[in-house]
Amino acid sequence: MITLDNLTKIFDTDRGVVTAADHINMEVPQGEICVLLGPSGCGKTTTLKMVNRIINPTSGRVLINGQDTTDQDTVSLRRNIGYVIQQIGLFPNMTIEENISIVPKLIGWEKSRYLKRASELLEMVALDPAIFLKRYPNELSGGQQQRVGVIRALAADPPVMLMDEPFGAIDPINREVIQDEFLKLHRELKKTIMFVSHDIDEAVKMADRIAIFKDGKLIQYDTPDDLLSHPANDFVKGFVGRDRALKRLQLVTVSEVLETESSVVTAEDSLTTALKRMDDAGYERAIIVVDGNDRPVGYISRSVATTTKGKCGQHSYNLRTVVHPEDDLRTVASKMFTHDATWLPCVSEQGKLMGVVTQRGITHYLGATYKSSRSDDQNVRRFRVAT
Amino acid sequence: MKKLKQSRFFQLPALVVVLLLGVYLQRSGLIDGMLFYWEDIVYLTKQHIQLTAISGTLAIVVGIPLGVILSRPRFIKVSEWAMQALNVGTTIPTLAILALSMSLLGIGFIPSVFGLFIASLLPIVRNTYTGLLGVPAHLKESASGIGMSPGQMLLRVEIPNAAYVIFAGIRTALAINVGTVPLAFLIGGGGLGELIFTGIDLFDTEMMLAGALMTALLAITVDILVAACAFLMVPRGVNPSRA
Repeated sequence: MITLDNLTKIFDTDRGVVTAADHINMEVPQGEICVLLGPSGCGKTTTLKMVNRIINPTSGRVLINGQDTTDQDTVSLRRNIGYVIQQIGLFPNMTIEENISIVPKLIGWEKSRYLKRASELLEMVALDPAIFLKRYPNELSGGQQQRVGVIRALAADPPVMLMDEPFGAIDPINREVIQDEFLKLHRELKKTIMFVSHDIDEAVKMADRIAIFKDGKLIQYDTPDDLLSHPANDFVKGFVGRDRALKRLQLVTVSEVLETESSVVTAEDSLTTALKRMDDAGYERAIIVVDGNDRPVGYISRSVATTTKGKCGQHSYNLRTVVHPEDDLRTVASKMFTHDATWLPCVSEQGKLMGVVTQRGITHYLGATYKSSRSDDQNVRRFRVAT
Repeated sequence: MKKLKQSRFFQLPALVVVLLLGVYLQRSGLIDGMLFYWEDIVYLTKQHIQLTAISGTLAIVVGIPLGVILSRPRFIKVSEWAMQALNVGTTIPTLAILALSMSLLGIGFIPSVFGLFIASLLPIVRNTYTGLLGVPAHLKESASGIGMSPGQMLLRVEIPNAAYVIFAGIRTALAINVGTVPLAFLIGGGGLGELIFTGIDLFDTEMMLAGALMTALLAITVDILVAACAFLMVPRGVNPSRA
């Protein structure tokens, strides 16, 4: 857990006094990723660097796991905090193995232990230790170097990590891959992470909480969903973008909006049965056809069922695509647009039908939070009028 | 492959030229003339090497720490002035440095070593200083960010990354040093200068050549030695000649 208590930094520059961080109060809970977000010069990096005292705070305190770090020795403080910077900062004079082993060596681990740790960590980010341990940083690609940069920070297993735009210098395709890898790693290791970014999409993807900064002040500190659905003011609104409702799509998984499909037909059922089940269940457009193992194989549209006679198996349309419960809604929406569909069946890993996702369901889910807040507002207003 | 073929193509004519040159020298009696001074050559070469070794080692031992100290942030104001002074110092001819050294310490071995030391100190200090300042800021931030003390940062990050530049300074310094040692004869320091200057005075080509060729040979050897040291001691990741 990282707690910032009235943290303030005032720089005395040639152009006068600049308040880079103004009474920042926030808390990053154990095991969460907190992204500090804002335009350049907003104080996010200054705030981050005050945690490991690369920048000394003018006033205020930083607490790590409840312990005040103000009087702690800088060197030992930093050895307990993983630190990743945008330029990666691998030491070109050392091999990958030496780079990863630096901190364990500094805090006096045994040789066999830190060498083993280096191979373990390389495997965690899918780099083959047999190839990479003895290489030098300049023999690696940018993406590989950044992976090594991250695992170097993890080497001595620090409880807390600071990352200063760690994926900023990597091309967009590799960035996505590394972000995914990093999230996977994080789910295993559960470090408390403070992460500086200027990219709202990266923040929404990585963060458990987002802190928006402007002119040295902390404007809003919320979960990504709350931030996107309830931006505190016009600045935040502008920063998260006009498509903020769309950005929320990637925060929600299919399982949260899944409508369980109780009525289905099999290939042997007649179209009359299909029509009757559609009417009973209230499906307007279509009903899904499943095989003996509950796997969806096609669908019968209402128009076919009303105009034709025969078995469902002969008249079903093929399913264009399916989604999985862990997919995010952004993927789902994209598939819906691609296939011109208003609903998509969702299947489990074994291919069994779990339900459907409908456009209406998605809209409803995203709209719910706005509706509730609006009625809250109205309540407040009414209350004010009454008094 | 192409390179290899080319080098082989030039190898044979070169060997032939060297052979013809050797034959000519032998026939003209020059080699015999030079070998006449063999005992002197051996004795003076030893002295020459001694002068270079002592003054060069001193320059390295003093120059690198001096460069390191000047590159530390707290000396930044002093170091700008110091580097300016050193740059002016480099423009003084080595002969003048030896002359100044003589007027300070008299004649003999010690003033020669001192003069040579001063002449070869400058490139070492300058390259150490610029090399250390040239270490990228993000490497230093990274080093201090992961909890290195300033000393650890200097030894494990800054010096290894500046090593190539520092070695270049040492190479320049020793080249100047070996080339200046013959002048040390003028202030009573001995060395192969004795053969060269006496040869010139006596119009004895063989004597002069004996000293000059030996000096040239020494200069080349020292240069190769330093280059080999740099090749082996600068870590592979930051060594352009091993990339």
